[in-house]
Amino acid sequence: MDRAQKILVPLAAIVIFLVLWEFVVWVNGWPDYKMAAPSDLPPAFWKFHTLFLTMGWQTLWRTVLGLALAVVFGTFLGMVMGFSKIARDGLYPLLVGFNAIPKATLVPVIALIFIGQHDFNTVLMAFLISFFPIAVSVGIGLSTLEPEYRDILAALGASKFTIFRKIALPKTLPEFFGALKVAVTLAFIGTNLVEIVSPHGKGLGALFLSGQTNSDYPLMFAVLIALAVLGIVLYYAVVALEKIFAGWAERSPG
Amino acid sequence: MQKFIDIRGVKHAYKTKNGLLPVLDGLDVGVGEGEFCAVVGPSGCGKSTLTRLVSGLMRPDEGAVILDGQEVSSPRKTVGMAFQNPVMLEWRTILENVMLPLEIVAPGMGRAEKEARATHLLEMVGLKGFEKKRPSELSGGMRQRASLCRAIVHKPQVLIMDEPFGALDNFTREDLWQTMRDLRAAEPFTCILITHDLRESVFLGDQVIVLSGRPARTQYVLDVDLPADRTIDILYEPKAVAMLHLLREQIRIAQGRDGDLH
Repeated sequence: MDRAQKILVPLAAIVIFLVLWEFVVWVNGWPDYKMAAPSDLPPAFWKFHTLFLTMGWQTLWRTVLGLALAVVFGTFLGMVMGFSKIARDGLYPLLVGFNAIPKATLVPVIALIFIGQHDFNTVLMAFLISFFPIAVSVGIGLSTLEPEYRDILAALGASKFTIFRKIALPKTLPEFFGALKVAVTLAFIGTNLVEIVSPHGKGLGALFLSGQTNSDYPLMFAVLIALAVLGIVLYYAVVALEKIFAGWAERSPG
Repeated sequence: MQKFIDIRGVKHAYKTKNGLLPVLDGLDVGVGEGEFCAVVGPSGCGKSTLTRLVSGLMRPDEGAVILDGQEVSSPRKTVGMAFQNPVMLEWRTILENVMLPLEIVAPGMGRAEKEARATHLLEMVGLKGFEKKRPSELSGGMRQRASLCRAIVHKPQVLIMDEPFGALDNFTREDLWQTMRDLRAAEPFTCILITHDLRESVFLGDQVIVLSGRPARTQYVLDVDLPADRTIDILYEPKAVAMLHLLREQIRIAQGRDGDLH
């Protein structure tokens, strides 16, 4: 019952959403260049299904690679900021300032610095847009570690590294995964920014753009849905990892 | 004659925005080996600073903390600590929580041996059958029992406790006093207990030290002349009641010295 509910409820929600969408388009009598209906999408997917597979894969691997870099660098930065108040005071304004820059404006800058390196630029943008929440949450998790947690090992003469490995790191995992869920969707935005603003015929963003150029509006909507599906898949991959590594943090209700 | 724990003429001050804040000024404590020393005093008088000095997490500005003939200058493996917060690692089972100090102190010890030791202690404090549970599945009192096991699992020479029963309700607290008494009978260790509870200090202590208000000095030392196998009832007998009155009076004097408390 519980398991069935976990799958059926989200599925039902999606079906209801699609029915409502279809209904709104039908009631208003919108043509597909104004708003495509869900029933327009399967033909669009079928017509370009090989493109969806190859370009979807391009988007996916570049997003995941950027995200992986963000995890490594964000965790490292978070550790530095979590353990050193000087680093925290020095880095925060820089980080916040960098994060406040709309990343779309960085696409042409990056494209000019690394001309023609499309894969590299895309991964770089996915990374740049998604490391911030990871760094901040790891930093906060480490800097708010209660002194008693440190003291139970420090009083035995344990090294700083041992305290980090046995206590600080696992204790920060729930915050880390919370940030990773935000970072996943951000990384997708980063990948698609480059694919759309600086197109090289690669990725779902380029497919979206070609739908626009060819006035194939159902294709554009189909790309958006494909992006949403990829986002959901990656998100639940993170949830699965969280269950494995930080499942202890989840309390049964009541 | 030097005691097992010998704290002599200790002065300590913290740096704050408004200059130095002296917390300890003329602290003298002597605890014999195997003895149980309870420390009471007004709020904020520097009792927790005392635990950090004895555990070697901090060094005093002046004076010396001597443990087993050696000056304490850094943390050592022969100390166990328990706090008001049981500080359970939520990602570990109760058994793994208790085994934690062994991983630091005795890295060469086999897992089976560590488990046996932790299981034995958990059974002694009445947590048999809870070894595989997560801390979040246990009550506050049970978590504190597990925390006591963790503090002594590596057979420390000295157990330092900072208000370990402070957050528990009265009946649970009295249960834990008896658990503590039984642990002491089974496992020899020297103990320093920081507490706000005078009844607790008399029930558990061999001596009770009253600290003055901040900056704290040793104001009064009471020898608790009661049998080792005490029961809670003893607290209602005239001898213990007289001690409690005496301590109460000493606390009143200690508070009086720190005028801003009233």
